[in-house]
Amino acid sequence: MNRFAELLDRLAYEPGRNNKLRLITSYFRSVEDPDRGYALAALTGALSFKHAKPGLIRDLIAARTDPVLFALSYDYVGDLSETVALMWPKPADSGDVAFSSCPPPRPSPARGEGDAQNIEQPPHNKSSTAAASVSVPSLPAREGQEGGYHGQSGQEDRQPRHHHNNPPPPTLTEVVTTLRSLGKTELPGQLARWLDELDETGRWALLKLVTGAMRIGISARLAKTAAADLGDKDPHDIELIWPGLAPPYLELFAWLEGRAAKPINLDPVPFRPVMLAHAIEDADFAGLDAADFIAEWKWDGIRVQAVSGRDARGQMLARLYSRSGEDITGSFPDLVPSLHLPGAIDGELLVLRDGRVQSFNVLQQRLNRKVVSPKLTKDYPIHLRAYDLLGEGETDLRTLPFVERRARLVAFVARLNDARVDLSATIDFDSWDALTAARRDPGSAGAGDDAEAVEGVMLKRRDAPYLPGRPKGQWWKWKRDPHIIDAVLMYAQRGHGKRSSYYSDYTFGVWTSGEDGEQLVPVGKAYFGFTDEELLQIDRFVRRNTTEKFGPVRHVVHEPDQGLVLEVAFEGLARSPRHKSGVAMRFPRISRLRWDKPPREADRLETLERMLRSDRAVPV
Amino acid sequence: MSPAPDYITGMRPQDILMPGPAGLCCQPGGFHIDPVRPVSRAVITHGHSDHARPGHGAVLATQETLDMMRLRYGDNFAGRTQAVAYGEEMRLGDVTVKFHPAGHVLGSAQVAVSCDGIRIVASADYKDAPDPTCAPFELVPCDVFITEATFGLPVFRHGDAADEISKLLASVALFPERAHLVGAYSLGKAQRVIALIRAAGYDAPVYLHGAMEKITGYYRSRGVALGALRAVKGVKKADLAGTITLAPPSATSDVWTRRFPDPVTAFASGWMRVRARARQRGVELPLVISDHADWDGLTATIAATGAGEIWVTHGQEDALVHWCRARGLAARPLDLVGYGDEDESDAVPAAEDAEA
Repeated sequence: MNRFAELLDRLAYEPGRNNKLRLITSYFRSVEDPDRGYALAALTGALSFKHAKPGLIRDLIAARTDPVLFALSYDYVGDLSETVALMWPKPADSGDVAFSSCPPPRPSPARGEGDAQNIEQPPHNKSSTAAASVSVPSLPAREGQEGGYHGQSGQEDRQPRHHHNNPPPPTLTEVVTTLRSLGKTELPGQLARWLDELDETGRWALLKLVTGAMRIGISARLAKTAAADLGDKDPHDIELIWPGLAPPYLELFAWLEGRAAKPINLDPVPFRPVMLAHAIEDADFAGLDAADFIAEWKWDGIRVQAVSGRDARGQMLARLYSRSGEDITGSFPDLVPSLHLPGAIDGELLVLRDGRVQSFNVLQQRLNRKVVSPKLTKDYPIHLRAYDLLGEGETDLRTLPFVERRARLVAFVARLNDARVDLSATIDFDSWDALTAARRDPGSAGAGDDAEAVEGVMLKRRDAPYLPGRPKGQWWKWKRDPHIIDAVLMYAQRGHGKRSSYYSDYTFGVWTSGEDGEQLVPVGKAYFGFTDEELLQIDRFVRRNTTEKFGPVRHVVHEPDQGLVLEVAFEGLARSPRHKSGVAMRFPRISRLRWDKPPREADRLETLERMLRSDRAVPV
Repeated sequence: MSPAPDYITGMRPQDILMPGPAGLCCQPGGFHIDPVRPVSRAVITHGHSDHARPGHGAVLATQETLDMMRLRYGDNFAGRTQAVAYGEEMRLGDVTVKFHPAGHVLGSAQVAVSCDGIRIVASADYKDAPDPTCAPFELVPCDVFITEATFGLPVFRHGDAADEISKLLASVALFPERAHLVGAYSLGKAQRVIALIRAAGYDAPVYLHGAMEKITGYYRSRGVALGALRAVKGVKKADLAGTITLAPPSATSDVWTRRFPDPVTAFASGWMRVRARARQRGVELPLVISDHADWDGLTATIAATGAGEIWVTHGQEDALVHWCRARGLAARPLDLVGYGDEDESDAVPAAEDAEA
């Protein structure tokens, strides 16, 4: 458990993807089975046991600490698991022994390493301090105090660690296997025993694990990639066999280390690596013939793969995967009954209300939910818009040209005959000019009332097979132009990792009329979009024009005639009560630095409010 | 001496030491301890700049503390100076003063002030954990113990510093192409970290930010073994791969770091125990190494002094006062202003920053 705790601890602070991979791979290399397998399971979210509730953790700590000290500590630390991990008292048995066996006022030579330290001191010092220290013993007072001191003492901390009766800390395997079989009433006692045995980091990791709140910025995909790195394999290969594997993944590690053959996936509903598109540039069109392509709307939802099949006993199974292969079925149980024919659909997850596609902001309410309540599924009805058919029954369709797959998809969706699944419409066009017009105004080109949820246009070669990854020249995405506003830089914050010496996170604002006249109100934050050279320029500007510092944040000058105007591109707007301005941007990034523009000419909040009200206007 | 006999006047502890605007004042002795404003006679516990300030008429301190003040402020940092050894007893006015090792940094002292049979120990900053770069903390039994409370919450338990150094060295081994930058306060913490790195068997040169060269040189001149040290200034970026550099905490997030190949930012401080604090500073490798006593150290020391009355100075006073009172000890916060925690205040002067 301690090794795993160290890994989590280090990962929690590491900002860089490649460095995270290195840390995880190094852990897999140095830790044995089955511990590393359970670690992989924990990182991929594959562990399932009934999680401990925060109330239980609170009860445990309340029984062991002074409530005032706990309240002050919790207030300072701000995180329950961490507070408990840090202030969990050392087991009481050793404390008593250590304390009563040595008289409290120990003179200095007994306490430190007076002789071991390498500083030269005049010899008379030691003898005189020792004599002075023992010369004023006030023993009665101390004996009176000892009573309240048991178990809280740090005295045993300073003793060499050779307590008898101290069981070794549990391994990750012990923790996982015990948690799986443990009854609800046994949980508090077991948890307390483990907390006694572990160190601070170990306790923190244990509490993260048992409360199911890891939140250390590691995706399942990243953990699988780290495992793949162990054996120089392609993470896609792990993705393909993953659904057939179970913790602690002994056969996976055996294969990765070259000790055994690749595990065979017998899963009836496997994930298939997703095909992705390249962004198209204006210059690309010259070499492309419109007649070779089929165009569809690019919907602003979540790309998924919905797979159905029958297991060995003939039971129907359905699973929903994200585009990286993560199983997200649990978040969308309301879609499962609709996937009642064996096949694999590549499509977009959307929220539809009264037949109308809702914005991504609405769909967002359905994401990353631990509990999917009936109210949630009713208020945010989920829908699958089908783009492609990768398999039908036992047949793999991926080698067929897109036109043929499309024909089968049309028939498949018709047979499915389910209100929650429909076909992605194609766009009629005979020239690139016609498609350009459609992209500019999806509403009159077939998208109708759903035009607002259209993110752009997809172009697919009629003869393209379904290939994993991002093959050249097969699929193109042609996004709609983003919204653009001119905003004023207000605050800058240092970045993380490689950017930690640069002010690379920018809060920007637009003008509005306030009580004190014209003022800037923050409307968003962006930390990319600029070039390396532009980053240097902004960083220099920030350092030279800081008016105040708040920790890592700098308040940058923003007056009507002084300051920096940033051209900000973004994909959409939503109302947000959490922001002072009342609006929140989706995917904002810095598209240009407007050194030429005085801040007074930047945009106004009213402009954003108009965008919110109107249908998506095409920016000039 | 007071003209009236003791049984009539009955000296109370607060008659001996009292907080005032300039800091802790000893009226019967005619001096202040670690005054924050210039005074005529100052007793200084250790060389950190919030405790040792320039401009006093006379300064009584250990030789090391006087040397450090001279290094920082120049020769004329005080009107007169007098060095005192640990354990040496001195008469100042109506009181007796004695210095005892505080284990905080080289030359750091607790000051025991005795008068009329009452002994008050002003411990200033102290730690009871082992430190190869300074004399170990000495427990001084007393009637009133004045304690700091920098880490005065039960969440602060510092653990074994050697384990933290292992973390650092493991990271250096795992990322040989990256530089490791360790933020450490330049007086005391930096030298302790270097000594711990050596104790762990790492014998490659350790690089230093320009702001810590002088004080580190002083430590060596006092016999503290630190192994091969190099100035980082002028070293080629590529040559810093796989190395360890010590720098003041503020420098580890500044433009200065751009000279290092993909640096891993570490920070050696007791604050690193709390994740939010580490993350707020953009630290990637927090090292819980403190020169202050942790919660267990504070409470164990308070109990072991035998003092019936505890005065709590800078830090998390509330929790420590509460703890004392729950154990039947008279305790109160002293509300002294002007003392900070050095890790939060180790700013690099602009000029040094540019050169280093």
